[in-house]
Amino acid sequence: MTAERTLRIGNGAGFWGDNLDVPELLVRTGDLDVLTLEYLAELTLAILSHLRSRDADSGFIPDFPELVPRLVPCLRDQPALKIVTNAGGLNPLACARGCARKLVQAGLGETVLGVVTGDDLLERIPGWIADQVDLAHMETGEPISTVADRLVSANVYLGAEPIARVLNDEARIALTGRVADASLTLGPALSHFGWAWDDWDRLAGASAAGHVIECGAQATGGLWHRWDAIPDLANVGYPIAEVDHNGQSVITKPEGSGGLVTPGTVAEQIVYEIDDPTCYRTPDVDVDLTGIRLNDEGANRVALRGARGRPPGTRLKVAAVYRNGWTASGMLAVVGQGAAAKAKAAGALLLQRVRRAGFTLAETLVECLGAGEVVPGLLRPQAPPLEVMLRVSVRDENRKAVERFCREFAPLVTSGPSGIAGYATGRPSARPAFGYWPTLVDRTLIEARTRVATAEEWSREIA
Amino acid sequence: MATDPSSTPPVSGTRVGDLAHARSGDKGNRANIGVVAFSQSSYRLLEQRLTAELVAEYFRPLGVGEVRRYELPGILALNFVLDHALGGGASQSLRIDSQGKALGVALLELRLPDL
Repeated sequence: MTAERTLRIGNGAGFWGDNLDVPELLVRTGDLDVLTLEYLAELTLAILSHLRSRDADSGFIPDFPELVPRLVPCLRDQPALKIVTNAGGLNPLACARGCARKLVQAGLGETVLGVVTGDDLLERIPGWIADQVDLAHMETGEPISTVADRLVSANVYLGAEPIARVLNDEARIALTGRVADASLTLGPALSHFGWAWDDWDRLAGASAAGHVIECGAQATGGLWHRWDAIPDLANVGYPIAEVDHNGQSVITKPEGSGGLVTPGTVAEQIVYEIDDPTCYRTPDVDVDLTGIRLNDEGANRVALRGARGRPPGTRLKVAAVYRNGWTASGMLAVVGQGAAAKAKAAGALLLQRVRRAGFTLAETLVECLGAGEVVPGLLRPQAPPLEVMLRVSVRDENRKAVERFCREFAPLVTSGPSGIAGYATGRPSARPAFGYWPTLVDRTLIEARTRVATAEEWSREIA
Repeated sequence: MATDPSSTPPVSGTRVGDLAHARSGDKGNRANIGVVAFSQSSYRLLEQRLTAELVAEYFRPLGVGEVRRYELPGILALNFVLDHALGGGASQSLRIDSQGKALGVALLELRLPDL
């Protein structure tokens, strides 16, 4: 490996549901060494567990295997390209088999896939509770026994080490379940530069770059306050981190793409979804973001320097999710004088009818969007609005109660206040509600496992 | 449209959005708001006047509890962490903005008080 050359890492997905055309485009126009695809928000694994409960061979992000045929020409034309993704979700092995079949079909059976497992802790929790392992909720301090019988997923955030391990074993595609977002970037950087495990500042630098690019277009003009002044946002370029051998980086985007990379767009992403910036925790390194300097090098290039690292804690973060009944929400447009009052009345009417039908609902919320309720009580309209969106939401343990609620929207067509529109969008549907349980677990209890094999070999495996 | 007030000394009543841009999101039942100043002078002003207490008071109608403020002077940013900002967190809140995405732009409408 050449130590002096920079490593170009582009992130082509910031969440499950992100633009499907971007990964291929980013590889084609971004001159990438590594494509990363980040799919797992806090609750994504709970949704995947719902899918897996119906089909034991699912539970991964289906977008990625679907993407493989489009990435095949890229893998063929760019022999050094690597792909690192947490698309494995709750079932990285099934994801690998799915990808492998597509690679074999395309004549790339020799492609090496590395899979990281060991993050899924769900089956270990009952034993840990029996052994009195502390899995208290990070914010409330409640013991996990209060939700243990309703858990649907429990995954520890693994780090960059197993990703680097499979890449060092010649994998071109590294598939993981839950890993820290920044580790998707640090893993390939570690493999490329061969940094030591206690080279904290370098690890911190690459992790900071990973943090900036993890949410895709948010670093390159997405969510920017001057939305009306961004060039060609429809064709927004996804972010690329050019990481150097010191772990410092330049954040940029493909030439010719739309969007914007400035110290401002990068700074907003540095402070995005963080707590204490002196200690941005990853499984690999505790990153001090407060010393970071951003230098505008022009032409959508921003240099990121000054991240400092310290050894990470002895405990790793676990994201557990439990079933919390059923939820549904529906919307209707309400128009005319007194629109807000009419909307409130229609919402109350609807809930009253659910009660008359003999159902109680544990939680209900009537929102009047357009009347200052998106951020309740803060941004009030200057005059009473002549149209608002009525949004009614409920949650309850009883699925039947929530389903009855869903049926009460349509009757308002003929039996509600005047000036209500939007019934054609259809009845809302009941969906499972989840609770989030963040906790910490001792590092010594966790072992990341890796397996590397060719697509040919993976495709012959049976679940 | 946002303007940089560095040439004219700002007065009380200045809108935060005239000094900075912002982005917000969620972590469990906490929200955070990153506020990034347009200039050094705007940063100094915000550092002085946009206190954790002021932000907590502003977001009180949402049921926000404690607010902690962190400074990142190298990138002209302040980070506010808001406890209990999301009505149960992204997973459980029934609010349309269960993930706190609108809190950043809401903070830009706050007007700074006198010292």
